[in-house]
Amino acid sequence: MVKKIIAKFEVEYLQVLKHNGRFYPNLIPKLPESDIQKMYELMLLSRKLDEKMLALQRQGKIGTFAPVKGQEASTVGSAYAMGYQDWFFPSFRENPAYITRGLPAEFTLLYHGGDERGNQITPGVNAFPIAVPVGSQTLHAVGFAYGLRLQGKDSACITYFGDGATSEGDVNEAMNFAGVFNLPVVFICQNNQYAISLSRKNQTNAETIAQRAIGFGIKGIQVDGNDIFAVYRATKEALERARNDEGPTLIECVTYRMADHTTADDSSRYRSSREVSFWKKRDPLLRLELYMLKKKIQNYNYFDDIEDVISERVESIVARGESYPPPNVEDIFKFTYKEMPWFLKEQLEELKKTIK
Amino acid sequence: MVKKKKQIKKKSKQKNVLNMVEALNQALFQEMNQDEDVVILGEDVGLDGGVFRVSDGLQKKYGKERVIDTPLAESGIVGFSIGMAAAGLKPIAEIQFSGFLYPAVNQIISHASRLRNRTRGAYTCPLVIRAPCGGGIRALEHHSESMENIFIHTPGIKVVMPSTPSDAKGLLISAIRDPDPVIFYEPKRVYRSIKEDIPKESYEIPLGKARISREGTDVSILTWGSVVKDCNEVADSLKEKVSVEVIDLRTLKPLDIETVIESVKKTGRVVIVHEAPKTSGFGAELIALINEKALLDLQAPVIRVTGFDTIFPLYKLEKHYMPNHDRIMKGINDVLNY
Ligand SMILES: Cc1ncc(C[n+]2csc(CCOP(=O)(O)OP(=O)(O)O)c2C)c(N)n1
Repeated sequence: MVKKIIAKFEVEYLQVLKHNGRFYPNLIPKLPESDIQKMYELMLLSRKLDEKMLALQRQGKIGTFAPVKGQEASTVGSAYAMGYQDWFFPSFRENPAYITRGLPAEFTLLYHGGDERGNQITPGVNAFPIAVPVGSQTLHAVGFAYGLRLQGKDSACITYFGDGATSEGDVNEAMNFAGVFNLPVVFICQNNQYAISLSRKNQTNAETIAQRAIGFGIKGIQVDGNDIFAVYRATKEALERARNDEGPTLIECVTYRMADHTTADDSSRYRSSREVSFWKKRDPLLRLELYMLKKKIQNYNYFDDIEDVISERVESIVARGESYPPPNVEDIFKFTYKEMPWFLKEQLEELKKTIK
Repeated sequence: MVKKKKQIKKKSKQKNVLNMVEALNQALFQEMNQDEDVVILGEDVGLDGGVFRVSDGLQKKYGKERVIDTPLAESGIVGFSIGMAAAGLKPIAEIQFSGFLYPAVNQIISHASRLRNRTRGAYTCPLVIRAPCGGGIRALEHHSESMENIFIHTPGIKVVMPSTPSDAKGLLISAIRDPDPVIFYEPKRVYRSIKEDIPKESYEIPLGKARISREGTDVSILTWGSVVKDCNEVADSLKEKVSVEVIDLRTLKPLDIETVIESVKKTGRVVIVHEAPKTSGFGAELIALINEKALLDLQAPVIRVTGFDTIFPLYKLEKHYMPNHDRIMKGINDVLNY
C-alpha cells in the first residue's frame, strides 16, 4: 500500500497599497504620474456617476441598476491594464471598465433608462454588452479568445463576474474550457463579499475563490481589490502571460460592495453597519489619494478642485444622455433578424394601428 | 346599538386584506406549519425573505434547515430539489425571476418531468418551482419575459399562473400538495397592485380549474396572468355596448377545457390575450383545441392579442409590447366586426 502526497498547492496574495497609506515601493507599477492621476480620476468619475445615477433612479428617470461604489479600484485597475487589442466581457457591475476603455458614459444612462441604444458598443472599445444572467458571459470570453487565437491575433480577453457567479455552472465550465485549450483569458472575480444577501462564506466552503483555479489546472491569485496597484499589476501580468500563450489566470479581487445590491435592495437586512464602516476605511479612492499626496503627485488643492471638475463632467454626460430622441416602436422589431420575416411585419403593422 | 357596534368590530377584525405577495407568504406559513416535510429553498429566500419578500419571516420561524439560502445556481437549486422530493420532502424552490429558470431547464425537462414515468411510479417528484414572471414594471433586461409555454410544452410538468391574491394563495397550497412537479408563475406586475379580502385559514383551489372572472354573452376572452386585470378593465369600459366574458385560465396545464369550450359555445367569438410571444404561444394551442371541439360554434376566427415575436424590449417601449388596453380593445372589435 502506498499513501503519499502527490500534489501540493499554494495560493498567492498581492497587496501594494495598504489602507493606512503605507505601501510596498518595489511593487508599485512603473507608471508615469499622469497615468496614476488618470486612474484616480476614472475612479472618481465612476463614483460620481454612480451617485448621480442613484439620484436619477430616485426621480424615476432611470430604472434599477447595480451600483459600483467600493469596487472602483478592481474595475478601473484591471481595465486600465488592458491593451488596445484586448477584449472584455463584463457582467452588470462594471461600468467603470466601459468608461476606462472609452465607451461614452451616456450609454449606461440610456441602457438603464430603458433604451436599447445604450447597449451599443462603440467600435474600438472591444467589449461585449452587459450580461445580466449571472456568470453566462464567461463562456463567451473563452470562445472569443479561441477565435482570436485561431485568427492569429495577439489579444487576450478579460471576463468579469462576482463571487456569487462562481457557483454557476457556466463559470466553472468556462474556466475548464480555458484550461483545456490553454486560452488567453483572464477571469476577474470581483469578490465584493455578497451575492445580494448571501455572504461570501455561505457561497462556497472554499477558503478563497482564487484556489478554485487549482481544480481547473490554471493559475490563480488573490489580490487586494481595493488597491488599484495590486489589481493593475496582477492583471497586467496575467494579460501578458495570456498573450504569450502561457494560459489563463483567475484573479480574485477582494473588495466590498459599499452600496445596496441594486436600487431595489435594502442591505441593512443582511449586514451590519459595523461591517460597512470597517470597509469604508478601506475605500479604494482614499487609498490612492493618500499615495498621491505622499508621493506629491498632487496636492490638497487638486483634490478639492477635482471633485467639481468631475461633477461637471457627470452633468454633461447626463445632458448628452437626455439629448437622445425617444426610441420608436420599429426599434422593438428591427433587430430580431437581419431580414424582418412576414410575421414580424404583420405584428408591427397591427401594433401601429393601435397607436394614435 | 351597543351590540351592533361590537359585531362590526368583530367582523373587521377577521378581515384579511392582502396583496399577492402577502397572500403567497400566508400560504407558505400555513403549509410549513401543517407539514414538516415542506422546505423552501432558493437565492436570498431566507435571511432576506426573498427579493420580493414572498418568503419574509419564514426562516426566522422555521429555521435555516427548512428555509434554505442556497448558493447562486439555478440548476443546483432544481436538481437538489428533485433529490429532496424523491427522498420524501416537499421542496418549494424559488427561482428569483423566471428569466433565470434556463440554467435549470435541463433538470426540469430531463429529470423532474420524467422521474415518475421512468420508474413506473416508484419515485416521484412533488416539487414546486415558484418564479416571478412577466413585464410592465420597468424592470432590467431578462426580467420581463413570459416563457411559460416552454414548460406547458413539457410532458410531466404542471403549469400554474394566478392573477389575484386569493387565487395565488389557494393555488399555491394545491401546488404544494400536488404529487407532481408544478411550475408556479407569479406575475410580478400584480404582486402589490391588487388587494383582496381573502380567507385567513388555509384553503385549496384545485389545479386544472379556470375561473370565470366576468360573465358575458357576446365575446369570450381567454387569458391568464397580469393581463386578466386589463381584460376586465376593457370589458368594463365596453359594458354598455358588448357583453364580454373573461376567463382566467389560472392553470395552464392541465387546462380546464370544459370551461373554455362551454364559453366558446355560448359566445361564438373568442379573443385570446397573453403576454408571451405569439408564435407557438399557448394561444395557438387554445385555438387548435377550439377547432377540434367547437369549430362549428365559432362565428369568427379566433383573435390573438399577445406579446410579439421579438425580444422583450427594454422598458421605454414595453408598454407597446404588452397586450395593453388599446390592443385588447382592437382585438374585441375585430372579432365582433368580422
Ligand atoms: C442566472 C441568474 N440568476 C439570478 C440572477 C439574479 N441576480 C442578479 S445579481 C445576483 C447576485 C450576483 O452576485 P455576484 O455574482 O456575487 O455579483 P454582485 O451582484 O455581487 O456583483 C442575483 C442572484 C441573475 N441575474 N441571473
